[in-house]
Amino acid sequence: MVTSDFEYLAPSTVAEASRLLSKYRGEAKLLAGGHSLIPLMKLRLAEPKYLIDISQVKGLSGIKDERSAIAIGAATTYAEIESSALIRRRFPILAEAAGQIADLQVRNRGTIGGSLAHADPAGDMPAVVLALGAELVALTARGTRTISVDRLNVDLLTTSLRPSEVLTTIRIPNLPARTGAAYKKFENKASHYAVVGVAAVVTMGAGGVCTGARIAVTGAGPKPVRAKRTERILIGKELTPSVIRRAASRAGAEIGDRFNDDIHASSEYRAHLTAVMAERAITEAAARAK
Amino acid sequence: MTMVGINESVKRREDPRLISGQGKYVDDIRLPGLLHLSLVRSPHAHARIKRIDVSRAAKHPGVVAVFTGADLQEQLGSLPAGWVVPDLKQPKHPPLAVDKVRYVGDAVAAVVADDPYIAADAARLVRVTYEALPGIVDAEKATKRGAPILHEGKADQGGAPNNVAFDWEVNGGDYAAARKKAEVVVKERIINQRLIPNAMEPRGVVAQYEPASGQLTMWTSTQIPHLLRLLFALVTGHPEHKLRVIAPDDGGAFGSKLYIYAEEVITGIIAKHIGRPVKWIEGRQENYLATTHGRDHITDVEICGDKDGTITGISCSVHANLGAYLSTFAPLIPTILFGIMLVGVYKLSNIQCKVRGAFTNTTPVDAYRGAGRPEATYLVERMVDRFADAVGRDPVFVRRKNMIPAFKNGREVATGVKYDSGDYKKALAMALDMVDYRQFKAEQRAARKEGRLLGIGFSTYIEICGMAPSAVAASLGAGAGLWESSLVRVHPTGKVTVFTGTSPHGQGHYTSMSQIVSSQLGIPMEDVEVVHGDTSAQQFGTGTFGSRSVVVGGSALYMSLQKVKNKARKIAAHQMGVPEKQVEFASGRFVVEDVPDKSMSFPDVALQAYHAKNLPRGMEPGLEAVSFFDPENFTWPFGCHVAIVEIDPATGEVKLKRYVAVDDVGKVINPMIVDGMVHGGVAQGVGQALVEQAVYSPDGQLLSGSMMDYAVPTAEMFPVFETARTETPSPTNPLGVKGAGETGTIAASPAVINAVVDALSHLGVTHVDMPATSEKIWRTIQDAKSRRRNGRKR
Repeated sequence: MVTSDFEYLAPSTVAEASRLLSKYRGEAKLLAGGHSLIPLMKLRLAEPKYLIDISQVKGLSGIKDERSAIAIGAATTYAEIESSALIRRRFPILAEAAGQIADLQVRNRGTIGGSLAHADPAGDMPAVVLALGAELVALTARGTRTISVDRLNVDLLTTSLRPSEVLTTIRIPNLPARTGAAYKKFENKASHYAVVGVAAVVTMGAGGVCTGARIAVTGAGPKPVRAKRTERILIGKELTPSVIRRAASRAGAEIGDRFNDDIHASSEYRAHLTAVMAERAITEAAARAK
Repeated sequence: MTMVGINESVKRREDPRLISGQGKYVDDIRLPGLLHLSLVRSPHAHARIKRIDVSRAAKHPGVVAVFTGADLQEQLGSLPAGWVVPDLKQPKHPPLAVDKVRYVGDAVAAVVADDPYIAADAARLVRVTYEALPGIVDAEKATKRGAPILHEGKADQGGAPNNVAFDWEVNGGDYAAARKKAEVVVKERIINQRLIPNAMEPRGVVAQYEPASGQLTMWTSTQIPHLLRLLFALVTGHPEHKLRVIAPDDGGAFGSKLYIYAEEVITGIIAKHIGRPVKWIEGRQENYLATTHGRDHITDVEICGDKDGTITGISCSVHANLGAYLSTFAPLIPTILFGIMLVGVYKLSNIQCKVRGAFTNTTPVDAYRGAGRPEATYLVERMVDRFADAVGRDPVFVRRKNMIPAFKNGREVATGVKYDSGDYKKALAMALDMVDYRQFKAEQRAARKEGRLLGIGFSTYIEICGMAPSAVAASLGAGAGLWESSLVRVHPTGKVTVFTGTSPHGQGHYTSMSQIVSSQLGIPMEDVEVVHGDTSAQQFGTGTFGSRSVVVGGSALYMSLQKVKNKARKIAAHQMGVPEKQVEFASGRFVVEDVPDKSMSFPDVALQAYHAKNLPRGMEPGLEAVSFFDPENFTWPFGCHVAIVEIDPATGEVKLKRYVAVDDVGKVINPMIVDGMVHGGVAQGVGQALVEQAVYSPDGQLLSGSMMDYAVPTAEMFPVFETARTETPSPTNPLGVKGAGETGTIAASPAVINAVVDALSHLGVTHVDMPATSEKIWRTIQDAKSRRRNGRKR
């Protein structure tokens, strides 16, 4: 349980971190909270030659009110998100989800940007951020790039971030009026990751009809996905229990035959849980939307 | 200054040191010139070693030496079984594998380097060429014809034909006759899954050899420093008197540090070979592979009786998985500690139990908190519920109907052992009262109407503790006496040092033993020091396991305290010029009867004992005593645990809503410590019932090989435990104690599973194997529903 040799680098700016990433292309890893990377290194499943610690980089953490959105620095810890009054007021789902991640020690170290960039198929934050329709800002020496969260997750542990890009900001746009959000997680009893987690953001129109829905599923398949089939069923309808149930039963449609199957849950059970968690998340989101 | 007595909840004296980071564990031992050892372990469950090339590793900068099994075969010897049941096959167990590896994690080479990082890097440079062989992980399949054989050769040549290590049985009464007469027979196949002990501190060893004196000192994370020294001497030939074993602070064990381990021998012998101190520290993943596992039984069980609820017999046939080699106590756990417990607290007079111990390509299996007794209790308590269901009676009714009535001084049961004392109905009644059974049943009925699944489960358990009357143990296969020792040394100022042969690893002996001293000598607890875990400090001792420390070790301490008190009384009487029988001892003073102002304090007498200017004629100076207590019988704690669960019908998730524990551990020294042990034990028992399981792939890879994949129970799984006690003193020891370290683990698993089955009973569910994971329960509900649908169609 000891890592291979590596060189530790601690840049003080994002630009410098990005320069180091391109300089040691393929041999370097960014280190934020380290709670995913360090265990992999101890198991020697990851053996980066250079570790670029961005925890001391200025301006990478903190939560800013931008009026039409809030901007969360990539190195902001789960604990900061969980306890932020601003987030609790504007996006309580984020604080709720952050509070469900692992244990206090992990939440004190683990960062939202680290979670999104690492792209663990069972991470909580990727699903919540996906349902909230966030925008991600990434920086290289050449400038910044904005990525829609819908285009972030490519596959298992793989994102669309480029090798020399540093994720700097997660910007979450304000939600329309009468919008409710909820995250429901069925926890793996060993790792406390999501066996299946579903984040639902539901907007109700003045006439009691659903006018918008973003539903995201994590843990079930190789990457977090939008449950678009479910969203389509919800939109334009009154959210009665039977409508919600019918919509939720399709929440695994986008995962298709790529449900994870391991000693913790068979693919069949995960498919079932996806529907159950979707139903619960949508029901609560709809109740909050009133 | 606190004078404390028995049955007082004083705070643990060891805690301020431990919780402020000032404990000293094996990894805290730093010695000049210390080298670090890393082991190359087999990635194969079963393979022949064709070739080991250490050249690259040996050349790696910072590497001092690399050893293979062949290099040190002679010096390392073979690890023996410390408990030998009849016809036990005892294949060789070389600490470093020589020609074959038999489980993933079997050590094949040792790399010694200047620091642990270099050692780990270099270990990866050792090239081992294996010829992979088919492996087997299932204890039943392993004994079938055609299964891969782990230990080849005939039985008398160190082999284990058909992978059978032993066939053991215990019988009482006449089960066949009882079954023939019985109106009801219920059968079940029950799996008691494999568990990983998960002590907070993995194992570790530091060994230092001084060539000039020939002295080898070993710091190791162990429950048995004295037995380990003896075993190390026997295995390696190193003289026992030139070996000092020290067990420093220990971060938990749960039975997993109760053996002589390969790493202890390897580290000790290599330190001796190189002439420099060597440290080996186990990593967590390594711990999952290299430290013993627990449980792993496949059992066909049968219970029989009459329609009125009378149980007349129980029979079982067990395949016990022993893993790849015999760990030190492996033959004991699934035999004696299991088989003789099958009577439970019931008037069961017909018992039949056959146990087959099997070698498989898995990590060796040995004691894990409870050790055999949880397996037996689970069977009995599960089958009593099955029987109650079959005869259409309430499980509480059936329990009460069959319970042995209260007794104070010994009662022989069908398995041939003698319970010490018990009042089983009283514990059950108290638990029923606490849980309000009637009220719960009403709640359950109402909940079912709403589609909610509530269940209640009982476990009226009994266990065997206070290991052990040595002659009895020896007749059952023990390779060592199981008595315990104490030395009480009173210093001239009246302060006391206790040297105990027990070796705590979380049990709070510093506190409990100080309480015993304080209560007997009337001196403050602060005036007592307790020294344990150092073979050069104490007389020989046995160690800490099987809830024995206060029962056997505490009694040994009590005996030494009486000897000290008696001598002190003689000195006091002599100096005050009165006959001894006129001197009373109260509140730390020797007082002349009816002359209250004529007295001597205990410290005054102690000083006189050492000053020796005026001692009774013929009396030796000094004030200390040593005692070796060998109990006449085991102790038999019992109680009633009740679990209430609610199952989420949509996901199958089981939530523990309430947990009531009524335990009878005899007299109690420190109720708070006993409560703490019950809490921890219950958490582990619930862990087995709901979430824990070691999973192997069919070819022997440990799939649950880390805490990411092996679920250890966490606080959020539990309600506030409701604990209470009845008190039936044990007549077998002077303190009247029974032992409290394992009750929770033993009682909890059946209580929880009985509750789970109760919650689903209206769907026709009669059994669920552990762990009752969400998916398993969800499937059980689906299956039950489809059975019912099909039933209706027909």
